[in-house]
Amino acid sequence: MLYREAGDFKTSYVADSQTFPIKFDRFGYYAILAIAFLGIPLVINDYWANSIVVPFLIYTIAALGLNILIGYCGQLSLGTGAFMAVGAYGSYKLMTAFPELNIIFVIIAAGVITAGVGVLFGLPSLRIKGFYLAVATLAAQFFLIWLFTRQAWFYNYSPTGMISAPTREVFGFPVTGPRASAVSMYMICLCFLVASAWLARNLTRGTLGRQWMAIRDMDIAAEIIGVNPLMAKLTAFAVSSFLIGISGALLFTVYLGAAEAGEAFGIDKSFLVLFMVIIGGLGSIFGAFAGAAFLIVGPVMLKLLLVNTLGWPTDLAAHLEIMIIGALILVFLIVEPHGIAALWRTIKEKLRLWPFPY
Amino acid sequence: MPDNLLFAMEATLNGLTAGVMYALVALGFVLIFKASGIFNFAQGVMALFAALTLVGLQSGQVPFAHLINAIFGTRIHHFGWNMPTLLAIPATVLVMIGLAILVERFILKHLVNQEPIILFMATIGLAYLLEGVGDIMWGAEVKALDVGLPKGMSGAVDDLTFGWFGYGFYIDRLELWAAGIAAILVASLTIFSQYTKQGRALRAVADDHQAALSVGISLRFIWVLTWSIAGIVALVAGIMWGSKSGVQFSLSLIALKALPVLILGGFTSIPGAIVGGLIIGVGEKLFDFYMQPIIGGATENWFAYMLALVFLLFRPQGLFGERIIERV
Repeated sequence: MLYREAGDFKTSYVADSQTFPIKFDRFGYYAILAIAFLGIPLVINDYWANSIVVPFLIYTIAALGLNILIGYCGQLSLGTGAFMAVGAYGSYKLMTAFPELNIIFVIIAAGVITAGVGVLFGLPSLRIKGFYLAVATLAAQFFLIWLFTRQAWFYNYSPTGMISAPTREVFGFPVTGPRASAVSMYMICLCFLVASAWLARNLTRGTLGRQWMAIRDMDIAAEIIGVNPLMAKLTAFAVSSFLIGISGALLFTVYLGAAEAGEAFGIDKSFLVLFMVIIGGLGSIFGAFAGAAFLIVGPVMLKLLLVNTLGWPTDLAAHLEIMIIGALILVFLIVEPHGIAALWRTIKEKLRLWPFPY
Repeated sequence: MPDNLLFAMEATLNGLTAGVMYALVALGFVLIFKASGIFNFAQGVMALFAALTLVGLQSGQVPFAHLINAIFGTRIHHFGWNMPTLLAIPATVLVMIGLAILVERFILKHLVNQEPIILFMATIGLAYLLEGVGDIMWGAEVKALDVGLPKGMSGAVDDLTFGWFGYGFYIDRLELWAAGIAAILVASLTIFSQYTKQGRALRAVADDHQAALSVGISLRFIWVLTWSIAGIVALVAGIMWGSKSGVQFSLSLIALKALPVLILGGFTSIPGAIVGGLIIGVGEKLFDFYMQPIIGGATENWFAYMLALVFLLFRPQGLFGERIIERV
């Protein structure tokens, strides 16, 4: 059973709406889940967790969120960095104001706060679109970062202007702060990622997702067939910002531990997540995973190759990295505008006919 | 006259000169947007790249010296000569034209008929690519750019205003020069697009790609032409900003400041770019001046975007832009 199904054999609606219609994929999915929850925690160490695995998990959540906004609802946003900052500062304020509150609820609440801010900055999308909207989201980016670096209340009047995460525990294991182990950091990020992906997948294939896609494909036509653009756009902004906020909260509390808004959540973060979405594939859940993996693992590999193997200076490697990312964006937009996810889909179409293509 | 009003007037004047600088960058955006419908995010990086190339040529740096040294283990840095400015500027113009040809050949040609948003993202990719190439070619450290433009406080303005109000305004001579150069640039661009054959072809393409093709205008040539002109405008902006604050990465961020300028002025209007630049320049200086005691400084970072955001809600096509008509 390497691959099956080369026709339409569905007999029920349940079968028709399956996420993984091919049995092989379904088992593959369970196998990956099992490895992620049971296998990797046994072997993970600090180096792997810090350089690749945890950033990958966190950025995938952000890419999922942005993909809902850009890929599914067609609203371009360049304010991802600032929305991640809202998540981070929201979680920081909650953690310091309510020390007894469980970190999981703190992170979810930070997501909810971000969703509110996202809806606020999404309001202009009702009147403007395209790159006009991109400029509107840039307003969010610069205004929010200014707010977090200049208004002392947000960083609790700390003299350095930095925020740092105190230690919090889940089931007795510290997941934030300096005592957090690689396994517990990994597990909390993984749980949030799986929940986010499940949420994103099920929202995008339901009524809400169809409304988003109708708005994306042609907003006026969508309005005529009865989609409420106000609800569709604002829910897209809310869900997208919620996920981005969670990822920002995780990035700050679990991964960075200490952060300063201008440095950790600048406009380059917005572009990084945008690139993940483009390279991975607009309008695809798998694309968010693929894009995040590509842009997290790629630079690490490049650095390993250039700096550690060839002995080049680090700044040169960093410049090459920027150049290669830019070139990759162009190549992807020209050759495969739908990203890695489209390549994957093509491979799967081929696999379905394998081994007897007609 | 009360001091406060005088300071506000000085802030306004400074805002006007700063606005000219924004307008210089915005001009390049408008040119490309009019001719090809592409919103060129890379304009700021093009300005940075042009300025880097100019400095590199002037000081006789070896391009890619860093990379060559890393690969071959050599230690080369400079050719050992200094190119005179009058020679370096035309050479940089040639580089920018070469860049325009490359962009057309390898990017635009393949993205014909794509949605605007895809083209926009492609220019973000181009911006990253160009930034990396510029850094590798010429090194990433901050460089001083000197093309012989006067700098420092303008004595004439200081004396004049002192005579009038008993208080001398501080205006940088460089910014006065920038205003003059911007005026010349706009005038020559207008003459070019109104009275020359190529300029008319450019406007025809801007109006309707297909109709222009059908009367025998080469679309590809026009694209190279526009990107070359945008490259030259970028060079002018790069020289001005580079002389003002040194050639460094933050130069490419002024491109972002040009976005609200464009929103105010409209994406398709050259006078709009100038007026938008002036409004933003004056607005952010005055806002900072009056609001600093209340909400703290550095509001310049976001004021322009917020102004654009509020403005968009009432007039999405900008002050001078063409009316947006939507059809299903």
